[in-house]
Amino acid sequence: MSFQNFITNAVSEWMNGNGEDADIAISSRVRLARNIQEYPFPILATDSQLEQITAAVRQVMEDEDLKRQGPFEFIRMDELTSLQKRVLMEKHLISPSLMADSRGGAVLLSENEAFSIMVNEEDHLRIQCLFSGLQLQKAWEAANQVDDIFEKHVNFAFDERRGYLTSCPTNVGTGIRASVMMHLPGLVLTNQINRILSAIAQVGLVVRGVYGEGSEASGNLFQISNQITLGQSEEEIIENLTSVARQIIEQERAARKHLMQNRRLPLEDRLCRSYGVLTNARIIESDEASEKLSDVRLGIDLGIIRNIPLSVMNELTIMVQPGFLQQYAGQQLDSDSRDERRARLIRERLQAAME
Amino acid sequence: MICQECHQRPATLHFTKIINGEKTQLHICEVCAQEKGHMFPGGMSDFSIHHLLSGLLNQSGSNTVSFQQADQEKPLRCDTCGMTYPQFSKSGRFGCSDCYEAFAERLDPLFRRVHGNTRHSGKVPERSGGTIKLKKEMDQLKYELRMCIEQEEFERAAQLRDRIRELEQQIAHL
Repeated sequence: MSFQNFITNAVSEWMNGNGEDADIAISSRVRLARNIQEYPFPILATDSQLEQITAAVRQVMEDEDLKRQGPFEFIRMDELTSLQKRVLMEKHLISPSLMADSRGGAVLLSENEAFSIMVNEEDHLRIQCLFSGLQLQKAWEAANQVDDIFEKHVNFAFDERRGYLTSCPTNVGTGIRASVMMHLPGLVLTNQINRILSAIAQVGLVVRGVYGEGSEASGNLFQISNQITLGQSEEEIIENLTSVARQIIEQERAARKHLMQNRRLPLEDRLCRSYGVLTNARIIESDEASEKLSDVRLGIDLGIIRNIPLSVMNELTIMVQPGFLQQYAGQQLDSDSRDERRARLIRERLQAAME
Repeated sequence: MICQECHQRPATLHFTKIINGEKTQLHICEVCAQEKGHMFPGGMSDFSIHHLLSGLLNQSGSNTVSFQQADQEKPLRCDTCGMTYPQFSKSGRFGCSDCYEAFAERLDPLFRRVHGNTRHSGKVPERSGGTIKLKKEMDQLKYELRMCIEQEEFERAAQLRDRIRELEQQIAHL
C-alpha cells in the first residue's frame, strides 16, 4: 500500500453505495476535534512543537488496537504537491483548510479510507470517520474507538466544565461534528427545499456545502450537520441528526413519488436528456456536470435509467473535479482542457458501466 | 427564477429592500450580487464563522462596554501562550487550552450564544478525566438507587448501594 493509491484511485469505501438509504443519504461522517494538553493550538504552535505533535501521532500508529482498525498510512502534507493535496481534499480525506494551510500538517489514513486523522489542522487532531449511507451511529462508534486508542497515549486538553478544549469556541465540549451528505433533487424540483432547510436551522442543525463551511451546495447535494457541541452528549447529537436525516429522507421519497405520479413524462424527459448529454457531450463544465450527474442519479433511483450502479455515480462526482481530472491526465490542465477531459471521462466511465 | 441583473444565471439571492417605506424586491445571482455590492460588507467569499464569532464577542452592551474599557487599561491575558482577550475576540480562536481558564469570566455569555449551554455533558476521557468519570458513574448509580427504592426493588438497591460505596472509596484514594 502506498500513499499513491489514495491519490490515483477514486473509489473509497464510503462510495460503494451499500449503506442504509444510500440512494439519498450518500455518506455519514463523524469528526472529533482533539488537542494535546502540553502544546499550544496549531495557530500558535512553533514549527518544532508541530513536529513533536506529529511525532506523537506517529507513535500511536504502533498501537495494536489501531493496527486492528487499519492498516494506516502516514502522509506529511509537505511531501505532497498542491495537486495531490487537492485530490485528497476532493475525496473528503482532508479538509480544504488543511489543503490551503499545511504548516506542520499531516494525515493518517486507513487503507479503506474509512478513517482519516488530520494532524495540525485547526486542532492538533481531527479524527474523522466516513461511511456509506445513513450510518451515523456506526461512524460515531468507530471514531470513538479510535479516540480511545489515542487517549491511551496522549493527554487530551479536557476540562470538567467545558469538555474537550478546542481552538475554536464553536467546537468546544464534545468536539463532535457529525454530518450526512444528502442528495435531494426531489425537494429541489418541488420547491420545498428552502422550507426544509429553514426548519433544519430551527432544530440546531446547519446545512453546509459538500466540502464543509463556506463551500457551495452543487448537484443537489446538501451536507447537514450539528451546530451545537456543548451541553449535549455525543449520543444525543447523533440521535438528533439521524432522526432529522430520516425525516428528510421520507420527505424526499414523498417528493419523488409525487413527481412520478404527477409529472412523470417531463421528469423522465429531463432525466433522460441529462443522460444523453453525459453520454455524448464533448465539452462539459463542472456546474453542468454536477447538475446532470444529479439527474442521472435520480433516474437510477427511480428505475428510469438502468444498468448503472450508484457507486459509479459516487465515483464520478469525485472524479470530475479539477484536482482529480488533472491527476488522471497526469498533467496540469487549463479550464478548457479540463472541460474536454471531464466530458471524455464521464462518457468512458458510463460506457464501461453499461458493458 | 432568473437573475434580474444578467438575465442569464438563476437567481439564488432574494432581497427585500425597504427605503422610506417603499418596498423593492431583488432576485439576483451570486456573481451579480458581488459585482453590484449587494452582499455583506467584505463580500461573502471571505465571510466565515470566525467573523461571526468576532461580531458576537464585540457586540455592544452594557457589560461589553465596561469590558472594553477594562481591556484598554489591562487586557485579560493567557499567561501560557500570551494571547490577550482583545486578540481572541478579534480572531475568534483560542491560542491554547489554558486560554479557557484565563478568559473564563467572559466565556459563559459566548457559549450560551453559540451553544445555548455552558456545561459539557458528553464523553469524559479516561486519563485526563481523572475522577470525573467515576463521579459521573456515581451520579448515575445514585439516580438508579432512588428509582429502585421508589419501586421497592430492595435487592437491586442493596447492590447499587455497595457499588456506590466502592466508588466513594476509589475517589477518596485518588
